[in-house]
Amino acid sequence: MTTSTGTAVTTQVYRVYIKATPQAIWDAITKPEWTERYGYGGLSEYDLRPGGAYRAFASEAMKKAGAEMGFPTPDVVVDGEVLEADPPRKLVQTWRMLMDPDAAAEGFTRLTYEIVEGKGGVTKLTVAHEVEGAPKLAVLLAGGLEDTGAGGGWSWVLSDLKSLLETGSPMDPGTR
Amino acid sequence: MTDDDRVFKALADPTRRFLLDQLFARDGRTLTELESELEMSRFGVMKHLRILEDAGLVVTRRSGREKLHFLNPVPIRLIHDRWIDKYRERQVSALADLKHELEGETA
Repeated sequence: MTTSTGTAVTTQVYRVYIKATPQAIWDAITKPEWTERYGYGGLSEYDLRPGGAYRAFASEAMKKAGAEMGFPTPDVVVDGEVLEADPPRKLVQTWRMLMDPDAAAEGFTRLTYEIVEGKGGVTKLTVAHEVEGAPKLAVLLAGGLEDTGAGGGWSWVLSDLKSLLETGSPMDPGTR
Repeated sequence: MTDDDRVFKALADPTRRFLLDQLFARDGRTLTELESELEMSRFGVMKHLRILEDAGLVVTRRSGREKLHFLNPVPIRLIHDRWIDKYRERQVSALADLKHELEGETA
């Protein structure tokens, strides 16, 4: 389909409302003791200043799954650089998936987290992932490879994060 | 109305499902683009988009002077994870129970 206005937009936008403080959500995104408890479950390491490094490390489950499927899992599965850190409201960073060689070859993408406090203790978390020039990564992030055991992408991660922060436990602890 | 109610209400309309399908095919569209696909007034399309936004199924972001509409799949995922999975589990365990029953493994 062609349209007269707008260019092809290759940004994925995800939003979830969580009954938690902005600080709790910020911590869950940036602190390793939280990042290992939901979603893909790897430990994340952030140097929260412009130019600071971001790295996510492979969890034991990732290494095990990789070994079962017959490929090695790198120690660092995602890397990037912090572009803007305004705790607990906004985090902008680059993001490159290293677990899969095809996705790694697509290079760095740009990821923005926006945290806005709402009424009644409910906070709005918006994730915008700019995946221009990274079609393979885009499929993974949209959950298109879930059936192959590659996780359900951002929707799955954010649903799990909501569950963890609201109930104290992730959706299915058995998978990690 | 709960969040789930809003999602189901938003999905219970063919025009709104059509709008979601449009965004699924290609995300980040302006109102003008979405409107061009429908035999409906601009106001009518805006009204439907508002209901989708209230349900969290559509998220808008500014890009320069344009307001772009994005499909947000998270509310559907939440319903799937918290609601549909529950019934599926019960179904599976019911079948497992039946199997045990038939095979005489349970007393």
